[in-house]
Amino acid sequence: MTRTELQSFLSSKMEGLEFGEETTQYLTVTAPKEKLRELMFLLKDTEELAFDYMFSLTAVDWFPKSLGVIYHLESTKFRHILVVHVNTGNREDDVTIDTVSDIYPTAHFHEREAYDLMGIIFDGHSDLRRLFLTDDWVGHPLRKDYVDEANMIVK
Amino acid sequence: MTTTDTNTELKTQEYLINMGPQHPAAHGVLRLILTVDGEIIHKVDPDLGYIHRSIEKMCERDTYKQIVHLTDRLDYLSSHMNNEAVCLAVENAMGIEVPERVKYIRTIMDELTRLASHQLWWGVMGMDIGALTTFMYAFRDREMINDIMEETVGARLTMNYNIPGGLMFDIHPNFQRRVKEFIKHFRKALPEYNTLLSGNIIFKKRLQGIGYISKEDAVAYGVSGPSARGSGISCDVRKIHPYSAYDKVEFNEVLIEGGDSYDRYMVRMKEMEESMNIIEQLIDNIPEGDYQVKTPALIKLPKGEYYQKVESARGEFGVFIISDGKKSPYRLKFRSPGFSNLSILDKISRGHKIADLVAIMSSLDFVIPDIDR
Amino acid sequence: MGVEKEVKKEVLKDDFPGQVIPAGNGGNIVVGVLDKIINWGRSNSLWPLYFGTSCCAIEMMQTGAARHDWSRFGFEVARPTPRQADVIVIAGTITNKMAPALRKLYDQMAEPKYVVAMGACAISGGPFYYNSYSVVRGADHVIPVDVYVPGCPPRPESLLDAMIKLQKKIRSTKNSERVNPIEGFDEGK
Repeated sequence: MTRTELQSFLSSKMEGLEFGEETTQYLTVTAPKEKLRELMFLLKDTEELAFDYMFSLTAVDWFPKSLGVIYHLESTKFRHILVVHVNTGNREDDVTIDTVSDIYPTAHFHEREAYDLMGIIFDGHSDLRRLFLTDDWVGHPLRKDYVDEANMIVK
Repeated sequence: MTTTDTNTELKTQEYLINMGPQHPAAHGVLRLILTVDGEIIHKVDPDLGYIHRSIEKMCERDTYKQIVHLTDRLDYLSSHMNNEAVCLAVENAMGIEVPERVKYIRTIMDELTRLASHQLWWGVMGMDIGALTTFMYAFRDREMINDIMEETVGARLTMNYNIPGGLMFDIHPNFQRRVKEFIKHFRKALPEYNTLLSGNIIFKKRLQGIGYISKEDAVAYGVSGPSARGSGISCDVRKIHPYSAYDKVEFNEVLIEGGDSYDRYMVRMKEMEESMNIIEQLIDNIPEGDYQVKTPALIKLPKGEYYQKVESARGEFGVFIISDGKKSPYRLKFRSPGFSNLSILDKISRGHKIADLVAIMSSLDFVIPDIDR
Repeated sequence: MGVEKEVKKEVLKDDFPGQVIPAGNGGNIVVGVLDKIINWGRSNSLWPLYFGTSCCAIEMMQTGAARHDWSRFGFEVARPTPRQADVIVIAGTITNKMAPALRKLYDQMAEPKYVVAMGACAISGGPFYYNSYSVVRGADHVIPVDVYVPGCPPRPESLLDAMIKLQKKIRSTKNSERVNPIEGFDEGK
């Protein structure tokens, strides 16, 4: 599907999606976090879409508002690409997002990484532990307000 | 999972084994916590981070030109492709059109790097299975590529040859001659590799039927590169989203349907031939022209999101840049092929023996700094 | 007798640290300084432990492979276990998570033990000195280092040179005055 076809198809199937500007590299869609799993099921299981390959999952700190997760999806059949944005609530106390690791198994590791480095809690993840850092590490280093005077020499 | 012993009265118990972080067969500092019953693996739990160097955090404070050298240290065996991914992302975002000459040289360098990486993989794979000779053969040929690189780039491993807007230097006058000499030599050496290892019955028995990845699993777990092509999935970024001069060359995407470790092995062996084909098509036709275009001293990307994927020696390497218009990215994420390939390790090695795990890991070709970043 | 002496000279290498005196009954007496003989033996059969964590590990493998072939100098028997190794070659970045493992390996090695820090990361943290939250700025924060090899990564020749320097260091030690390098080692400095 082309970009415009994708956009009209998605907006006909689901309400509440916000599409990014036309100048972006790939079609970008922002979903409310309650609808994330519904959207992912739709993207993966609909025959015309067939987004079966999640090649990247990025956690972002939208300082000072919220944390966010960006999913990059591709269809190995049609080769179209879609970028899904989801944001958490307040980045101080509401950092939960539903997991997609049962829909895309590759997200299992990516979500653990996002939890480790950014502190996003994935609701329903079967094994949410730190992946890179030791268990006794304090804080989540990729956050913008992370300070570590013992280990970091800031230039 | 049942025990292998048919004697029902014998009670067995699961126990844990730590493999790594310093293990000669772990290709670096990967630590695997194995739950085993006797020799049979029940669960593999990778414990990463022993070489987690916080490169993504560092990138948030570096300029775009500085970032390039950090990508060398991610997957040091495909350093040129990693450099290229960042440079392409920046060039696309800035709307810089690089000269044809740059594209050709980049492609040749890519394939040379891929050859060097596959040679090293082959040598080490043989060593993991127990054949020490392969190591010597592979490094003999690898040194030839290193010499070519050194002459043009000035470095043997971490090349840092690409910059946004082109290349750091022009190629050395000897470059074309020496590449052709190497190809001539390696055309003869590759059949030697096959005679030595590919047909060896012990080697085959160690790999065939071990670590089977089905098509569906490979896509679902995000496996890419030669590891996925061994399961028959067409995922070559060079074909699907061509960059540099890959749309100008003819080459086959090597696909084997089987899905076990031996098929992944054969994919890489055949890919080496394809790489040589690509180089041969380009080496005599490098167009004249500049080797770089002028870029601002301090690159500031327009606000937005940019993704660039390239085919590294291990699979799909991606760079995702979120820019807020400043001199350094707001967030930069590397999509490393090894990270996704590792996620399937638990699934495919259950039920196999510990020695098979070593073979599986070899056939997936991990580079740990690429996984840990 | 004169003929016999010449034969002996051919068999012995120049750097053999002693004299061989024919005893007259077919046997020989070796005379030398004990220190020199011990050091000679030690320096020529250094068994390295590969501690390759990242990029430098590849150059270390190149050093062991066909062209550079470090077994010419006696570093042949690469040990994956610390208990059989004399020298640990730290090739790559040491992270906070890895540091306890490195120290453990070092402690498991038998005396006398030596350390070669290969590459910028093992010397000072290298490219990861600034802005990194997980890298140890130099392996000498964890264990005492004998020889530093600069480069990112160093060429195989540099590593060979470093190993030869280590041999020279071993040959110049007085064994009666030797102290365990870990004694008085300050991790903070």
